[in-house]
Amino acid sequence: MVARAAMTSVGAFVATVLAVASALAAGASVPADRLSPERKASLVHLLRHDCGSCHGMRLLGGLGPPLTAQALEAKPGEMLVATVLYGRPGTPMPPWRGALSETEVRWLIDLLKSGELQ
Amino acid sequence: MTRGMRRVCRIVIAAAAVLTAGFGELRGTGDLGVVVERASGRLQVVDSTARISLGVVEGLGDLSHASVVYSRDARFAYVFGRDGGLTKVDILTGTVVARVVQAGNSIGGAISGDGTLVAVSNYDPGGVKVFDARTLELVKEIPATFGAEGARSKVVGLTDAPGRRFVFSLYDAGEIWIADFSHGDEAAVTRIRDVGRQPYDALITADGRHYVAGLFGEDGLALVDLWHPELGARRILAGYGRGEQPLPVYKMPHLEGWAMTENHAFLPAVGRHEVLVVDRRTWREIGRVPVHGQPVFVMARPDGREVWVNFAHPRNDTIQIIDVESLTIRHTIEPGPAVLHMEFTPRGDEVWVSVRDADRVDVYDTATYRRLATVAVEKPSGIFLTARAHRIGL
Ligand code: HEC
Repeated sequence: MVARAAMTSVGAFVATVLAVASALAAGASVPADRLSPERKASLVHLLRHDCGSCHGMRLLGGLGPPLTAQALEAKPGEMLVATVLYGRPGTPMPPWRGALSETEVRWLIDLLKSGELQ
Repeated sequence: MTRGMRRVCRIVIAAAAVLTAGFGELRGTGDLGVVVERASGRLQVVDSTARISLGVVEGLGDLSHASVVYSRDARFAYVFGRDGGLTKVDILTGTVVARVVQAGNSIGGAISGDGTLVAVSNYDPGGVKVFDARTLELVKEIPATFGAEGARSKVVGLTDAPGRRFVFSLYDAGEIWIADFSHGDEAAVTRIRDVGRQPYDALITADGRHYVAGLFGEDGLALVDLWHPELGARRILAGYGRGEQPLPVYKMPHLEGWAMTENHAFLPAVGRHEVLVVDRRTWREIGRVPVHGQPVFVMARPDGREVWVNFAHPRNDTIQIIDVESLTIRHTIEPGPAVLHMEFTPRGDEVWVSVRDADRVDVYDTATYRRLATVAVEKPSGIFLTARAHRIGL
């Protein structure tokens, strides 16, 4: 039997997150105001319905933790961006890179932290 | 006919027309059902013979992952909301009969075979609460505590089992518990430990004998023979991924509607574009069917001739139909964006399909795969027809 968690050790995971975080900090990404209103609307739809299948449509939590402004307040934005892009190995949180660009993820995290959705 | 009589007739006819389009008609419930409108916290009550909606029931809270079970007279729907709400709805009158908000965050429920107890599985605070099915008064709380510090686990895969029992899985603890209410309202709880990492959902076979929990944390499933719970859980399909890295999972598969035909069980592989086929006597793998995406619901048509499969985001606009004799894809249909759920009419002649992002429920003929009707439903998710009232584990 293969334990999914064993495929990626915790150490390797931390290293990935750190590498990603610094890469993200270094490469100034496309500003979020370049996202079209249509794309923003479809990102909110994705957030509620597809992220919502694990985090709850109202983002109050489910199999995944709540994504309310309050729940995310103390968590560094870079870490959260890396979580969404690269997932969390050993947990059901999947990586969204490929489906979402870094700019889009950053915009989503800012939106979550702003509490505008609640 | 006098003028007076004619007027009375006209009024009676007009009233009948109103009633047949809505609630209140004297009728049976065997061809009724409900569809969850996940974004607006409402249900639509539907008639599967006329293929229409009879009306809307509102005020049910957050229904984003809602599920429904039925009273044994198939008149009352118990609706389990994401926000911990448990609502008893009279589908003949379209009214809420009772409602409690019993936890912060919950995931589903079950009704005992004798129809007296309704159980809800909760994520937060982790555990199961059991209610009187008539009044929704609390009968018993079973906290899902584990480990030395008494942490509480999220509870998943709650089903009823014969003999006034409920069976459920502890996601964080990797355990399966059996709560036995056969001697009254004080449950005797049997704990089965070390069943595998992160059970995420479970099902019980239609005869109520085997409980099968899918594991997210490893390739395999945990099987409990409820005729012999003292034997604990057995691992089946261990290592079905053969060591290959699974794909990211964008939506957890569901196991309640698991497909069981006479000889085979059809199971969604987690993180793979495959349906696993298992021999029901030995519980060994006998084949795999490559499919369009990661399976979410894998459901046998009631006659067992075909198995219908829908898929996870982003490949969720498609349904594939597996021929159970050749274990190949017989047909593929594309109902539209975000196919969330399918429900067969009781004998399988038709199937109702939720197409979330098109705000539609489509009814298909399962012999011709042709669309017969469409019902407008806002962001539909689960479809629950009353035939579930008479089935173990539904
Ligand atoms: C298949 C289930 C699933 C889906 C779909 C999913 N998540 Fe998650 N997510 C999780 C789980 C489980 C965790 C917690 C992981 C852990 O234990 O550390 C998590 C963690 C997170 C975190 C970190 C929260 C924290 O408090 O540290 C963020 C942010 C997040 N998810 C955002 C998203 C976004 C945005 C989406 C959609 C683009 C999404 N998730 C889709 C399951 C999911």
